[in-house]
Amino acid sequence: MSNYRTPLSRVKGLGSAKEGTDHFWMQRLTAIALVPLVLWLAFSIASLPGMDYVSIREWLSQPFSAIVMILFMTAGFYHSRLGLQVVIEDYIGSHGPRTAAIIAVTFIAVALGITGVFSVLRIAFAS
Amino acid sequence: MAWNDKRPLSPHLQHYKMPLTAYLSIAHRAAGIVNSAAIVMLVLLITSAAGSPSSYEFMAGIAGSWFGKLVLFGFTLTLYYHMANGIRHLFWDIGRGLDLEDAKKSGNVCLIAAGVLSLITWMVALAS
Repeated sequence: MSNYRTPLSRVKGLGSAKEGTDHFWMQRLTAIALVPLVLWLAFSIASLPGMDYVSIREWLSQPFSAIVMILFMTAGFYHSRLGLQVVIEDYIGSHGPRTAAIIAVTFIAVALGITGVFSVLRIAFAS
Repeated sequence: MAWNDKRPLSPHLQHYKMPLTAYLSIAHRAAGIVNSAAIVMLVLLITSAAGSPSSYEFMAGIAGSWFGKLVLFGFTLTLYYHMANGIRHLFWDIGRGLDLEDAKKSGNVCLIAAGVLSLITWMVALAS
């Protein structure tokens, strides 16, 4: 089969849909975002006065905590979904189960991500 | 066929003694999978806190048991290791630190960083 792609399109490294580097780029973008977010999350939870119901809710009812937690969940589930996709693509050989697994992981990541964001907002806006 | 060619062989995983960098590479992926489980646990905990005190006490009871704390300590290790090794990957992406010696050194730095950051986090947790 002849190659109809121009030298310019090949050297730009973009696929036909021009999204060839999207997975790579978004994985790195969310990775950079997650460095400060993970540090914030770990040290925020570690420095809570207690792990009881009231302490957790007081923490997440502060606007800054709620916003950064939502950022963490968004970047975290996005990054997790991208990483698990690569794992699935590496280890599941046949096309059908592989696609099914990627669809399942995507649905779970979106559903849990939205659930997490909703829960943070519910605590943040509780009167 | 006589076995006399000198071309390098692809490492046979059951016989080849893998270098540290190879184990670190596998550990990065394994830690990423564990971290996916950790963020699911976080959502479960926060969702229970968005509900009634009894739903939260149930989740916190599991997290606060000795086994739960052991898992949480494991999560801090995998999170910090994946974070540190992810930074190592970002440096590789811009073409830095790709020499074998540099890769060995940065690998050790990631292991030490994961351990030290985990210990500091738990010292803060136990002090507060």
